[in-house]
Amino acid sequence: MSRDRNDSKSDPVLARALGPAGPEVSCEQCFELLDRYVELEIARAEADTALPGMRAHLEGCPACAEDHDSLLAMMRE
Amino acid sequence: MAPTLVLTRPESSTLLERLRADGAEREAAVAELHELLLKAARFELRRRQATVPHLRGDDYDDLAHQAADDALVAVLGKLDDFRGESRFTTWAYKFALFEAGVKVRRRAWQGREVPLEEEAWSRLATAAEDSGQAEAKQVIEALPEAIATALSERQREVLVAVALNDVPIDVLAERLQTTRGALYKSLHDARRKLRAALAAQGLSVSELEGEVNR
Repeated sequence: MSRDRNDSKSDPVLARALGPAGPEVSCEQCFELLDRYVELEIARAEADTALPGMRAHLEGCPACAEDHDSLLAMMRE
Repeated sequence: MAPTLVLTRPESSTLLERLRADGAEREAAVAELHELLLKAARFELRRRQATVPHLRGDDYDDLAHQAADDALVAVLGKLDDFRGESRFTTWAYKFALFEAGVKVRRRAWQGREVPLEEEAWSRLATAAEDSGQAEAKQVIEALPEAIATALSERQREVLVAVALNDVPIDVLAERLQTTRGALYKSLHDARRKLRAALAAQGLSVSELEGEVNR
């Protein structure tokens, strides 16, 4: 299971201004991989190992993070 | 919740096969797909309801149908891209959630001006005052100067609006007539430059991140 987002910085202003430290996928790649990533999360598989750069992008991009949270919530219903 | 990923999904593959068929069979499959997308769009609108309190019932339904219609076009146009790495419904839902999310963010900001840069500087000053960590406070205080000197005009515009003033990236993309991906690239580049500018001042952000991780 992925760790909670934004757990790497204590200050939310710094987190938003400076974004994730590591490599990340683009918005287009995030959308491409989102369904697979969410299913791996639901299956408690290693989503972040299988799809590196997704978690960092979801930390840095609020819109993609909302899309992710919605898909995860919908598939868990 | 099922702990394992099921890789064989006959109900999904059946819908996919029927979408690839011809005639009445395909028409029925398209209608079925539209219902699924409408369900996802309504789900997203319910989640974002608080951000658009001025919308009435009919407005919601119109927005849900617009999102489902746009998602249907996108899904049908990309059917050949589906490689079965997830369930077909999961893959299709993401298009409807995306369309509904973009539409509701834009509707929530309809008629609102993008905040001025001054609001961001004021927010940073407040954040610096409120910060309980001396190192974080120092970095926040250094941000305005780094933003002013290290970034291009476009990078500054995007970073200030999206990262500091909480303007949804899809709203800014619409107003600047570009895409979420293009704006995020600017934001990403701006953040890298900011980190480098802070490091050049001896302010190590990575040490700060390491500190709070312990």
